[in-house]
Amino acid sequence: MNYWPLAGIAIVVLGFALRFNPLLVVVSAALATGVLAGLDLLAVIEALGKAFNDNRYISVTWIILPVIGLLERYGLQQRARAVIEGMRGATMGKLLVAYLAFRQIASALGMKDIGGHPQAVRPLVAPMAEAAAVKTHGDLSEEARDEVKAMAAATDNIGLFFGEDIFFAIASILLIQGVFEAAGYPLTPLQLSVWAIPTAICAFAIHAWRVLAFDRRLGRAQR
Amino acid sequence: MITYEWLYILAGSAFAVWAALSLKDGRWGNAAFWALLSASFLLGSHLSDLANGMLVLAMVGIAGLGGLKRSDPPTTTPEERQAHAGQLGNRLFIPALVVPLTAVAGTLFYNYTPLGETGLFEARRETLILFGIGVLAALVGAMAWLRPPLLAPAQEGRRLIDSIGWAAILPQMLAALGAVFALAGVGDIIGGVARGVIPEGSIFLTVVVFALGMAGFTMIMGNAFAAFPVMAAAIGIPLLIQQYGGNPAVIGAVGMLAGFCGTLLTPMAANFNIVPAALLELKDQNGVIRQQVGTAVPLLLCNIAIIYVGAFWLWS
Repeated sequence: MNYWPLAGIAIVVLGFALRFNPLLVVVSAALATGVLAGLDLLAVIEALGKAFNDNRYISVTWIILPVIGLLERYGLQQRARAVIEGMRGATMGKLLVAYLAFRQIASALGMKDIGGHPQAVRPLVAPMAEAAAVKTHGDLSEEARDEVKAMAAATDNIGLFFGEDIFFAIASILLIQGVFEAAGYPLTPLQLSVWAIPTAICAFAIHAWRVLAFDRRLGRAQR
Repeated sequence: MITYEWLYILAGSAFAVWAALSLKDGRWGNAAFWALLSASFLLGSHLSDLANGMLVLAMVGIAGLGGLKRSDPPTTTPEERQAHAGQLGNRLFIPALVVPLTAVAGTLFYNYTPLGETGLFEARRETLILFGIGVLAALVGAMAWLRPPLLAPAQEGRRLIDSIGWAAILPQMLAALGAVFALAGVGDIIGGVARGVIPEGSIFLTVVVFALGMAGFTMIMGNAFAAFPVMAAAIGIPLLIQQYGGNPAVIGAVGMLAGFCGTLLTPMAANFNIVPAALLELKDQNGVIRQQVGTAVPLLLCNIAIIYVGAFWLWS
């Protein structure tokens, strides 16, 4: 068997690791893979052009940006911050569980850009979690403070990843649809996105339990 | 009949407007990139494969040379936004909610009433088409309600698309990479290796290898989107679906989520794992990943169970 086409995967790994522009990496990998499999370079470019063209619907979702941008112009982000700030007063554990639920639900409804590390975690969620932890457990060591902040960032990631696929008009769902359709298995986005729900529930249960356990552990460590 | 072609014209027009506004702003790289993408959407169905391939190479060339920059179109100040947010309150979320509601309620309505027999929408395309209709409805509604300057949505959209930049077409490009990988037989090669490892006839072990492969490849590539076409072509489609008759929707959707578990575990996914560690000034660069391991690993096991039960037990 000719194993040379696997070089394409090596190019992707190496290119991403060396921080080259990912588009450049992906196209180089595609061209190299095709040529190493014995195809003519022009034929590979044609195949790439056809595949890119067939998958245009994946990028159609950006037409939502004028709506989101317009709402941001009138304070959508500020309003989302007010909702998060309304969670104040509870313990660190309860705060992060509430944020996890908020992030999952918002992402599932297609609002994955409210939240995020620069917009929400650094200015809001991490400081609020730290303050809540200090309030319940007294002054914390530098290491413990870092752990609380890292848990806030982790909660944001988990809420996003395991909420966003419930929204069907998202790149990952459309990518699955594209790959399966090319293989002869036509599916609708909704058929795929309902299957993100069981995992979303598991993610909430597991992470909420861990956050609350972490809060209790901090309390024990202080005593 | 309304087809995807209508959506392509809508999206192509949006990209064309962003190209024109970039040009007016003197951002040549951005203007060229969005103009080429617009050409792909508006004309792609009528161009030859080679011409479409050249469009791709040209866009990648611009992005690779760093031709795409962030932009700062005129917008409101943070103080104005705060004041608006206070005035408008939670009603601000409504236009954003109109979009998924139109799409989901519309899809259900279309499929469970005689309307579906009219053939108004191209088969199996109704959800994304209704998403487009929802966007237009939300935009018209928000314009009527907020009364911004006429160009505001175009400029605000440009602000966001320029902040996303070349990453906007990365998923589409990765799907295209998957197609080229399939043509070159990459899936067959990895599938052949996998078949050598998995005992013949064990559905459960095949599910395990598929999910672990998704997570593992995602950790290496830093991106579940890049891993998915490879693992789908190697194990998901030929073994789980064709040989063992599993439910494609479960295998695809939950397979991708198994990949997301890998994203939580790798420093290669810098945006999610390394950037926040820097933003929060953590001493340990991998501090965020450390807090994610305890959730990602059990969740990966859940995903294996969901694929096994959902795709095989409930399906047959």
